[in-house]
Amino acid sequence: MPVRNMSEIVVLSGKGGTGKTSITSSLAVLAGNKAVIGDCDVDAANMYLLLEPDFGKTFEFYSGGLAVIDHDLCSRCGKCADVCRFNAISYINDQYRVNSLDCEGCAYCEKICPTHAIIMQERKSGCVYISETRIGSTMVHARLDIAAENSGKLVARVKNEARAIAARENKPYIIVDGSPGIGCPVISSLAGANYVILITEPSMSGLHDLRRIVTLIKKFRISAGCIVNKYDLNEEKTSEIKQFLQGEQMMHLADLPYDIHFTQMMIEGKTIVEFPSPLKYTLENIWEKVKKQLDIKDQ
Amino acid sequence: MKIAVASGKGGTGKTLLATNLAVFLSREQKILLVDLDVEEPNDFLFIDGKTENVSVQYKMIPAWDESKCTLCGICSETCQYHAVVQLGTVVVVFNELCHSCYACSELCPAQALPMQKHKMGEIKTIISGHLTLVESRLDVGVEQAVPLIRQTHALVDENYSDIQIQIIDCPPGTSCPVVAATKNANYVLLVTEPTPFGLNDLKLAVETIRKINKPSGVVINRFDIGNDAVERYCEREQIPILAKIPFDRKIAEGYSNGELVFDKIRQMTTSFGHIINAVQDAC
Repeated sequence: MPVRNMSEIVVLSGKGGTGKTSITSSLAVLAGNKAVIGDCDVDAANMYLLLEPDFGKTFEFYSGGLAVIDHDLCSRCGKCADVCRFNAISYINDQYRVNSLDCEGCAYCEKICPTHAIIMQERKSGCVYISETRIGSTMVHARLDIAAENSGKLVARVKNEARAIAARENKPYIIVDGSPGIGCPVISSLAGANYVILITEPSMSGLHDLRRIVTLIKKFRISAGCIVNKYDLNEEKTSEIKQFLQGEQMMHLADLPYDIHFTQMMIEGKTIVEFPSPLKYTLENIWEKVKKQLDIKDQ
Repeated sequence: MKIAVASGKGGTGKTLLATNLAVFLSREQKILLVDLDVEEPNDFLFIDGKTENVSVQYKMIPAWDESKCTLCGICSETCQYHAVVQLGTVVVVFNELCHSCYACSELCPAQALPMQKHKMGEIKTIISGHLTLVESRLDVGVEQAVPLIRQTHALVDENYSDIQIQIIDCPPGTSCPVVAATKNANYVLLVTEPTPFGLNDLKLAVETIRKINKPSGVVINRFDIGNDAVERYCEREQIPILAKIPFDRKIAEGYSNGELVFDKIRQMTTSFGHIINAVQDAC
């Protein structure tokens, strides 16, 4: 029997704090051992708080370089500081020094240094983990080092590991929790995605940010559906969002009410679908809808 | 005095705090509010003002001049980001990977990679009474936020250095855009919520702020919805809690409609007083 294609589902929101991680974790529980989970919100990863990964395997993530000046070889000519477009090299106490937070690793200084006093050092910028979780599925997650760059590359690494596991273990789904915003980690998480679930909230900010992420998703021609979380905090805005979705021919997956249980479950380290409630039913419904969308696309 | 409003976690109330604080203070004096959440700038939704100026911002990216190129391969070897790649007899530039370091362009012996302008976003100035809002907005599809954040700092320094108090609304997270946004700040306000996610991301944000060595204090938004773990953490780490804002449907509804709420919620204006005192003491 031919193996069904693996489907990659990415959860995004544009605006932060709309409930991405709580909802993604709930979908992960509903998908059970059919899914591999990826946490691509690499600079503020939270899924581990709900899914209890065992941090079974750790890989260090190296990306980019850092200029290092050998002060014995340096002739103090200052050419390095002249060519650096990031203003990362300054002359302090008789020495040219590199500010590691500003250096973007372009190596221009290394190339033009007449006394070869600069070398590029490989820079560790985070860790990738492959874990077994309390819900029985494998999870790939990561931690970007504080103030580090290249979050897009780390996201790509997390997704590649998740794909490899899904292919090896014949899992039909990869469920990915994305970052807020529309910049490099988000664009990186969209690469290769089959379906995007957008989580928004009924506020002017929520709608404004939704418009921007929808524009981005359309550029990539990925099909998507949207959940309005805390819809009852402003029902007028909720209907505005629905009108917007209709105009964009984007599926409205569900409305979720503001419910303090989300927070209470989070404090207990559980997801909302692990206890009977109307919310659980709605989320089950969402998961069925998403699976159906993916099946339609496959045919 | 430059006050950055930041948070690890998104959606904790950065924009709520930055806009309300800025407008509140602008009743007495000139205030500059800089929206550096360039991927999703929202401050303008809360400021009713007149657009004074829009300035298009460009990123410099090399363009291949086939007629001059000798196919020596130096550009391809030089670029650390794999943004300039020689494939057979063609040099391809991947704009999104380029960091605008100029190395390939200036090291090319045949001057075959001149730098060209590419639009990456816009900086808009909106005036409302004593308040000046500078909004920095990245074009959709542009990946790198940091170059635009840097250019916004430069534009602000050039044009608005006469305004004494600057409030900077930062992007969420703990990586390079936040470091770039808080670079010139004298004080960082960390907005969080009393939940496990809020606490986890606050810890990351605190590490970031310690790395860049800035004084900081915490504002707990919706302080009554979760548990006391954030407060215990702040005590342990000796980070001052400057204000606690309650969960109040009036705040949530006002915010959702693009309204300022400080004059409806007395606790907010009291909090602003504590915040300003703490910042002044620290700076």
